[in-house]
Amino acid sequence: MRDTRSLPAKLALYVAVLVGAAIMLFPFLWTVITSITPEGSLADGPKLVVENPTLDAYRTLLDAIPMWRIILNSLGIAIASTALQLVTGSMAAYGFARLHFPLKNVVFGFYLATLMVPLQVLVVPLFIEMKTFNLQDTYFALLAPTIASAFGVFLLRQAVTAVPMELDEAATIDGAGHLRIFTTIVLPLIRPALATVAVFAFMGSWNSFLWPLVVIRSPEFMTLPLGLSTLQGQFTTQWDVVMAGSVVSIVPIAIVYLLAQRHIIAGVAHTGIK
Amino acid sequence: MKANATPVRTKTRKPGGWKRLGWVLFFLLPSAIPLFVFTLVPMVSSLWVSLHKWNLISPMEWVGLGNYRNLLTDEMTRRVFLHTLIYVAGYLPIVYAGGLCLALALNQKLKGRAFLRATYFLPVVTSWVVVALVWKWLLNPTNGLVNQVLGAIGLPEPGWWTDPHWALPAVILSSAWKDLGFVMVILLAGLQAIPSDIYEAAKVDGSSAWQRFWRVTLPLLSPSTFFVVVISLINGFQVFDQVYVMTAGGPSGSSQVVVGQIYDLTFRYGRAGEASALSWILFAVILLITVVQIRGQRRWVHYA
Repeated sequence: MRDTRSLPAKLALYVAVLVGAAIMLFPFLWTVITSITPEGSLADGPKLVVENPTLDAYRTLLDAIPMWRIILNSLGIAIASTALQLVTGSMAAYGFARLHFPLKNVVFGFYLATLMVPLQVLVVPLFIEMKTFNLQDTYFALLAPTIASAFGVFLLRQAVTAVPMELDEAATIDGAGHLRIFTTIVLPLIRPALATVAVFAFMGSWNSFLWPLVVIRSPEFMTLPLGLSTLQGQFTTQWDVVMAGSVVSIVPIAIVYLLAQRHIIAGVAHTGIK
Repeated sequence: MKANATPVRTKTRKPGGWKRLGWVLFFLLPSAIPLFVFTLVPMVSSLWVSLHKWNLISPMEWVGLGNYRNLLTDEMTRRVFLHTLIYVAGYLPIVYAGGLCLALALNQKLKGRAFLRATYFLPVVTSWVVVALVWKWLLNPTNGLVNQVLGAIGLPEPGWWTDPHWALPAVILSSAWKDLGFVMVILLAGLQAIPSDIYEAAKVDGSSAWQRFWRVTLPLLSPSTFFVVVISLINGFQVFDQVYVMTAGGPSGSSQVVVGQIYDLTFRYGRAGEASALSWILFAVILLITVVQIRGQRRWVHYA
């Protein structure tokens, strides 16, 4: 980091980054503005300063789809899927890094194979699987493909491998079994990797669209992305309502983001340097 | 992250074989069962379905490689791959160049750096559907903000998602806007990993800032660049959400992408066999591109 720049150069830099920030933030502001603009004055586009702000669009929205329930669905599924992936992933990571068993590499190879296959390949048979067991349109169907993630196992295994073996051995001498070693030694030491996996699991579930689109029909099981996309079909030209829905679905994740912003960004940056 | 401690066989621990197997099952089954049932089984059955003619309802009819043969000669397959390719070719340079500029700027001593970084990253945590809806509104041909601004400064106002020529650019633009912050964070982490004494040494040797950028920054950033390129290509070829929401593949199929075609084949036209075959073709393409990149990385990626 150098600080030997001339004043004009510095000024130009500030102007550039602020213009960038404006480009990133303005669409969000415009979404809010549109959502409180009376429907009648949308024809020539909303104005920056809304003349008669109204919450009508939000009322229409809440009448049209069970928005609160959809938000809770999204949150619940995202939290459940994150928790499950952390548990299943860290356990598998310990198994692969610390236990010895025949054909370990073959088993790990199968895990890696599932990592490479994109969701689109799985969507059709997965849908049929759910249909066969009459599970379509349930929370379980939403959750099923995200109970375990090979990506998480892979990342966490790297982290467990980096934990010095001597710690395990010392604990073994003290009479600790695998469960004790796993919970009291390994888990606390791989917290950064767990945080990274948590970030990706949560964002993956929160943003997931294709699978819910395929497997969910009734509004009461919809997640936010799906609910919003059906909204667009219902209110093709009522942009105030569509934008109200967008605002409502941005707010919860924006709050999570503001609270955990540093960890989220660190988690994402972490995957890039391997 | 480095794997600096490979597991050492502990010869002291050898209680009964069954007990050991018990521990293996205890630690592995919670992930192995769901991965088997919800990934491996569908994977195999997807291959099976791809060899049949099937509309999801009536019994399957064996066609062997017929689906693959039909798809490879079908004009529509060529079109959806072309559109996907155009998407990737438009999206990647924009996010990379934009993300690099932002990362370089934020790597300077700036007031409010944390705030700026958080702002640029905000679209990354927003879902694709929201981003697509917001941009569909911004790019609305009649009363959208972008066209109002373009009109005010006397520029032509494109029809964006209502115009076959502008539908893909509209999707590219909104996707790049969403992912800029992601690329910036990865590249910023890469920039910060470059030791500052290399810059000092280059400065002592009398290099210009421009030379330092090309000779020091870019080469030492190449591992991060590689990561961004690999991930962007994998994700880019699977583009779906934003296309489905913004254009649904239209107008008249002008922005239909591969995954959109898989979805439509299955759920609109009842051609699940062909859809499965197409998904495997897509997988093969992604795998091939990724392998080529990993092979080719030796030529341009420098690990410090």
